[in-house]
Amino acid sequence: MDVPTDAPEHCPGTQSEEAGKTSGCAGCPNQQICSSGKAKEVDPAVDQIRIRMLPVKHKILVLSGKGGVGKSTFSTCLARALASDNFGREDGDNQFNQKQVALLDVDICGPSVPTMLGLQNEQVHQSGSGWSPVYAEDNLAVMSIGFLLGSADDAVIWRGPKKNTMIKNFLRDVDWGELDYLVVDTPPGTSDEHLSVVTYLNKAGIDGAVIVTTPQEISLQDVRKEIDFCHKVKVPILGVVENMSAFVCPRCKTQSVIFPPSTGGAEKMCQDLGLTLLGKVPLDPLIGKSCDEGKSFLEEAPNSKATLALMEIAKRIKGMCENRSKLER
Amino acid sequence: MKSDSAVEPQGPEENTPSGLRGVKNIIIVMSGKGGVGKSTVTVELALTLRSMGKKVGILDIDLCGPSIPRMFGISNQRVHQSSYGWIPVYPLADKTIALMSIGFLMNNPDEAVVWRGPKKNSLIKQLLDGVYWDDIDYLLIDTPPGTSDEHITIVEALRQYSPEGAVLVTTPQAVSVADVRREITFCRKATLPILGVVENMSGFICPNCEECTNVFSSGGGKDLAEEYAIPYLGNIPIDPELTKTLEEGGNFIEKFPDSRVASTMRTIVTNLIRDQ
Repeated sequence: MDVPTDAPEHCPGTQSEEAGKTSGCAGCPNQQICSSGKAKEVDPAVDQIRIRMLPVKHKILVLSGKGGVGKSTFSTCLARALASDNFGREDGDNQFNQKQVALLDVDICGPSVPTMLGLQNEQVHQSGSGWSPVYAEDNLAVMSIGFLLGSADDAVIWRGPKKNTMIKNFLRDVDWGELDYLVVDTPPGTSDEHLSVVTYLNKAGIDGAVIVTTPQEISLQDVRKEIDFCHKVKVPILGVVENMSAFVCPRCKTQSVIFPPSTGGAEKMCQDLGLTLLGKVPLDPLIGKSCDEGKSFLEEAPNSKATLALMEIAKRIKGMCENRSKLER
Repeated sequence: MKSDSAVEPQGPEENTPSGLRGVKNIIIVMSGKGGVGKSTVTVELALTLRSMGKKVGILDIDLCGPSIPRMFGISNQRVHQSSYGWIPVYPLADKTIALMSIGFLMNNPDEAVVWRGPKKNSLIKQLLDGVYWDDIDYLLIDTPPGTSDEHITIVEALRQYSPEGAVLVTTPQAVSVADVRREITFCRKATLPILGVVENMSGFICPNCEECTNVFSSGGGKDLAEEYAIPYLGNIPIDPELTKTLEEGGNFIEKFPDSRVASTMRTIVTNLIRDQ
């Protein structure tokens, strides 16, 4: 899986038992490093990140093999829900229970989180203890490459290694302070960014991944690959969220299916693969509008079906994370 | 744009991989954003070009999430090797459409392709050089979202064939348009001509009351095209029949020739090939 840029085609990967020893390794400029076993040494950043993440209680990845299914929308809604004032109050405790939440956007080529939180023109500041994140609320910290770009049309035309360094910096050098939740929003696919996040957070520990999909098979087929990825890299899956489930006409209230669940949607997939379906979020035009304007959809339409679904999903995720830490204790 | 009959000025013959020799025009379909309908637009462009009598090839370089095989209903097909290279898959009996995708090279469709950049790049180069396209009028290249390895590699590798350019796909929302801006910057930096912007999923007409709802906002693609002085090729409405047909692997352009989507696609294609 870990093949250097200049390696020949049949490279067994630097982490392999065979590294530096196969016939394909002959002539590779890295052969000596591989056969000496040095390449297998863990990047010191992994340990530095473990230390940086000590005050972070829960780490949640938001993943999807498919693009445009609503990873960033869901990530921002989840972060906002977890950070909202009364969230989790009904657990029985009466004391003020505000959580510290952070949202990290590792979509290097297409960062959407700044727009969705209305933070397009914010900049990141450097301090003695690292990069200071941007705050959307007092208890909602945000970090994205969007804050490091000069203008809205700046493209980040980077190949993998540069993206990986950026992600390492985000995980190692951002001064989050004490956090209850770190939500990590990812780009589509199963490539550099995903491997890097998982590798760098390896020692710090990930509570689990939330997989976002839309109901069509075209989307599910990519999402199954993402699930396979999670199994391969041993990241637990908290559950699946089906987004854009049904559309209700705002005028006549007729329900239409825009993205048909032709193979049974997320529900069937979860049954087949033994995963939890965390919930279904209907397609509400106001969600897209709120995201474009950087407003909180949950506050704009507190009684909408979509808000209720999102809050319920956030509660389930919170419950899963807390159970996990109880088990660990 | 060059005309079909023009002499190919660039690239000495021996540098031309055997596969691309029979290709007359190359169009790359791109978008900074995922899930805006790049693959859908690619497929409908191909079917529309075909309905106008052209032979079309599609090369799917979305290695982590190939959608093209499924959209033609042939996810289980395999490609064959010949002495000329890989023989593409022909989903239609008349062989007017040829397809190549990593999806055809996978044994298990659910298995993730967990590859970092360098491996993806080498496969893309192989896909470019090693497919025997035979004689096609248009090669459409479907790309993954972003401005990273796949995009840099394909644009660098295609430079010697002077591709016609890129069609950029967006949905109307600001969040999507923001990513397409970055793709425009990418094209300009890479000196890849931009053929135009297509706005997908613009407006949904309720089948019951005919009310048009802008599910994903509206007008973003047109404004973007105006801002950057790029041709605006047209807007494709949300049509549940389109998603359904693609799920089933059917030919939407033949099934619903009178739909708004089909007529928009014809306008887009006419705009695209007008100068050729």
